[in-house]
Amino acid sequence: MDLLEAYRMLPADLWAAFPLVLTAVVGLGLVVWDAFWNDAPPIPWVAAGTLALALLWELGGLSRAPETAFYGLIRVGGMASFVNAIILASGLLTIALSVPYLKRIRHLHGEVYALILFATVGMIVLASANSLISVFVGLETMSICLYIMTGLVREDVGAGEAALKYFLLGAFSTGFFLYGIALLYGATGTMYLPQMAAHLAEGAHPIMFWAGVALLLIGFLFKVGAVPFHMWTPDVYQGAPTTLTGYMAAASKAAAFAALVLVLDAALPAERWQLLLALVALVTMVAGNVLALVQQNVKRMLAYSSIAHAGYILTGLAAGTPEGYAGALFYLLVYALMNIGAFGVMAFLEWDGKEGYEQTVDSLAGIGYRRPLLGVAMAFFMFSLTGFPPLAGFIAKYAVFAPAVKAGLTWLVIVGVLASVLSAYYYLRVVYVFWMKSPDEAPEPVRRQTFPVPLAPQAVLVVCVVLIVLLGVLPGLLEVTASFFPIPAAPPAAATALLP
Amino acid sequence: MNLPYLTSLVIFLPLVGALLMLPMRRVSAIRWTALATTTVTFLISLLLYVGYDPAGSPAQPQFVDRIAGWFPGLDIQYYVGIDGLGLLLILLTTLLGPIVVLSSWNYIDRHQKGYYTLLLVLQTGMTGVFAAYDLILFYIFFELTLIPMYFIIGIWGGEDRIYAAVKFVLYTLVGSLLMLVGILYLGFAAGDAVNGGVFTTDYFKLLAYNVPLAAQGWLFFVFALAFAIKVPLFPLHTWLPDAHVQAPTGGSVILAGVLLKMGTYGLVRFCLPFFPNAATDYALWLAVLAVVGIIYGALVSRVQADAKKLVAYSSVSHLGFVVLGIFAFTVEAMQGAIIQMINHGLSTGALFLLVGMLYERRHTRLMEEFGGIARVMPVFAFFLVFTALASAGLPGLNGFVGEFMILLGSFKSALVGHPLLIALATSGVILAAVYLLWLLYRTLFGPIQKEVNRTLPDLNAREVLLLVPLAVFMLWIGVAPGPFLKRTEPTARFLLETVEQKRLAALEQAEQLATPAALRRMGSEGETVQTANP
Repeated sequence: MDLLEAYRMLPADLWAAFPLVLTAVVGLGLVVWDAFWNDAPPIPWVAAGTLALALLWELGGLSRAPETAFYGLIRVGGMASFVNAIILASGLLTIALSVPYLKRIRHLHGEVYALILFATVGMIVLASANSLISVFVGLETMSICLYIMTGLVREDVGAGEAALKYFLLGAFSTGFFLYGIALLYGATGTMYLPQMAAHLAEGAHPIMFWAGVALLLIGFLFKVGAVPFHMWTPDVYQGAPTTLTGYMAAASKAAAFAALVLVLDAALPAERWQLLLALVALVTMVAGNVLALVQQNVKRMLAYSSIAHAGYILTGLAAGTPEGYAGALFYLLVYALMNIGAFGVMAFLEWDGKEGYEQTVDSLAGIGYRRPLLGVAMAFFMFSLTGFPPLAGFIAKYAVFAPAVKAGLTWLVIVGVLASVLSAYYYLRVVYVFWMKSPDEAPEPVRRQTFPVPLAPQAVLVVCVVLIVLLGVLPGLLEVTASFFPIPAAPPAAATALLP
Repeated sequence: MNLPYLTSLVIFLPLVGALLMLPMRRVSAIRWTALATTTVTFLISLLLYVGYDPAGSPAQPQFVDRIAGWFPGLDIQYYVGIDGLGLLLILLTTLLGPIVVLSSWNYIDRHQKGYYTLLLVLQTGMTGVFAAYDLILFYIFFELTLIPMYFIIGIWGGEDRIYAAVKFVLYTLVGSLLMLVGILYLGFAAGDAVNGGVFTTDYFKLLAYNVPLAAQGWLFFVFALAFAIKVPLFPLHTWLPDAHVQAPTGGSVILAGVLLKMGTYGLVRFCLPFFPNAATDYALWLAVLAVVGIIYGALVSRVQADAKKLVAYSSVSHLGFVVLGIFAFTVEAMQGAIIQMINHGLSTGALFLLVGMLYERRHTRLMEEFGGIARVMPVFAFFLVFTALASAGLPGLNGFVGEFMILLGSFKSALVGHPLLIALATSGVILAAVYLLWLLYRTLFGPIQKEVNRTLPDLNAREVLLLVPLAVFMLWIGVAPGPFLKRTEPTARFLLETVEQKRLAALEQAEQLATPAALRRMGSEGETVQTANP
């Protein structure tokens, strides 16, 4: 295809990738606006409106047949729409939680919302990548925004440390990732994911190929926080502003896992890496849950729990079947709801950024009776994270464990469920501290004057709880995620262009 | 008679009541709503009893409600129904509902809305367990009972309530999550064999599938473990005394009356017919554990100073009888086990209520604090003596019927009918009399030693009202168990016949598999070995 023809297709592509384009353009607009009117109050709401519009578009796109846009670089519709919807919804819910929270910790900067939009753009590119180039561009766009958000509360030592640690380790993992891409390209001669498997079958250089795969996997496992590449997670989760932690946990995990699914499903034959992924999943589930047991700070506990959940999702991926991938996608949605909710609750139980960093769970004894909405919502999130039916967390666990059993990984699932028993201990601990202890038992009495929860965050928590119950009782959405697989193997004809 | 949605109504009416309660603020309104909901549920469940046709085929549950396609693309359904086994347990559950609400009337003095809401949600979960004919649905109801009980123990319980609540949940979770793995495995295997490759947890489809011998061992283990923890079978019982002692009276009644039955019910409903070969192979071992539990529970009961602990350990002993009856594989013993589940629910439930009434009056449960109170509380003394005798198995009251049938059936059993074992089990009946009469002696009789006990008020109308139905049923089952046995007999017979058929089928299947392989090993190269079976 020559360039002239390519330019002619551009308007159609821009339209096909409307949410991506919209979010990016508004994000740039917000930066300019913020430059002329510093921290303008409408900025968050413009950002929220943008995400809501994009979300509606993607929800409509769920039923559209998947295609590619921008010369086969990204996918639109189908699975891409689903994951993008998770990402956009996470962003939207996070903004509604963040406005009052960031105001309270005196960091209500307009840039934050521009950063959320840019991170969302990066995540969308990552989650809908059809080529290793888009994977890399998306990953970097997302990561750089997240580094900045982590260090938002500059004057706080913990935040600074977390941001630096995240940045250094992240940059390091990016190096692995890039090197992996280079080797893969060298071995197969293509950047397009769907063609990679075919090129491999035609006799690519096997050592170079598998070395590339290994390096690429390291990059992915770092981003999703799997053991042994999880070291950054607790510090970052603890140091970042609480509502933004929820966003990072939910959306970045969704995007990175979606890209991993695309790479595994489209590019790599399953039988070779199944055992490797299964072992990583095993170590991740066990280590995440064991380390979470001893945490005193809820944010840090949730960080280790996020590692454990990465392990559960990896169990679904290790199955290597369409059902396993579909289950993982469903899990990502449920995980996003639970985590945004849980971090949202924690955000409204602290009164400055430092507090979120240091607050122990015991200091919240009996808080459920003083803040019933937060207490009840937190109980729902904790039970769902444990995987109790009839909440969505159970269906999600079912959705990743069942395919693994079917694929003959029963031993892995047994370890997984035993690890979830451990997790029950620390999730229930939050519940009993909130509801079963009396406030007098707190080491330092909780401040009488707690902040009220404005309407928007209340609505967010209620939405999360309702969706968790609904998805748990009516798991029909599993059918939607299952319909994305197998991913159409060859890119549509128009896409083979420009790039090798 | 087959009214549509009757089963679902009985299951979900308490949940509706719980939702109605949420906007209420006044405590009395909340309590009355809870009482009305549970009473209406009980009355509706009587329709199930009346409408249940004992002559109907036991292979076909009655009052079936099903919604297919609940899980997309998988054969997991909302499928509930009633058979002889489920019927009695559901009636027990719905009967205990209003009784527990009444018993908590004044005992629960804070956060009443939360308490009654959880109580009603709990009832939905328990009823669902006994009505579910889909394994995933069963699992969901099974787990649904954990959360409310966790809060009931943890918020309204005694001094060490948090420890007890967490222990209760963790113990049960270990078993039930491992069982979930078993369910998934079984669902896929059965789906491949009898359901055209579609994952299924339909009870009757799973029943039609003969689990290969190689898989039966570990599947039986994970299922039996989950249920044995719930029962609880010795040595998995250690959560029980903690949970019972710490729970508020209402919680203890439900725990002893219904929650423990979910374990024995699961053994009967799922473990035996799904894994018949493993179940018969390990029957003797489980029977031995049951007998150890019978004697151990009784001996530990005897040395308790706390009346509630005494009753708690007596559960370990009584449930041992039920497990023994289940693994005897005779119709008498199976029926005895089913009746004994009901009996234990009635009499131990009543004992917990009575101990709770003492606690409300004196805020202690130590038996040494009482003595001689039969004189000041004659009505209380009557009910305590009556219940204790029923629990100890006095002929004419319900405990005798169950224990006698279990022992008789076990003695006839080819699998566990070792005379020594049954003799030891029988000694449990004597030991039960020892610890229960000890309880009576220490609390009711002798001289009044503490001055405060002279002025204890006797039972009020509310307390009598909630004990009378239990006493009536204890007497009824003891004198005329016919109507109940008539309903359980076809089910017990059907289950045991299924076990036997499936056991032989699995053996035959294993033989068929073994034969061609053996032939192939013997056959020379290049020869195709024809299997004998077309």
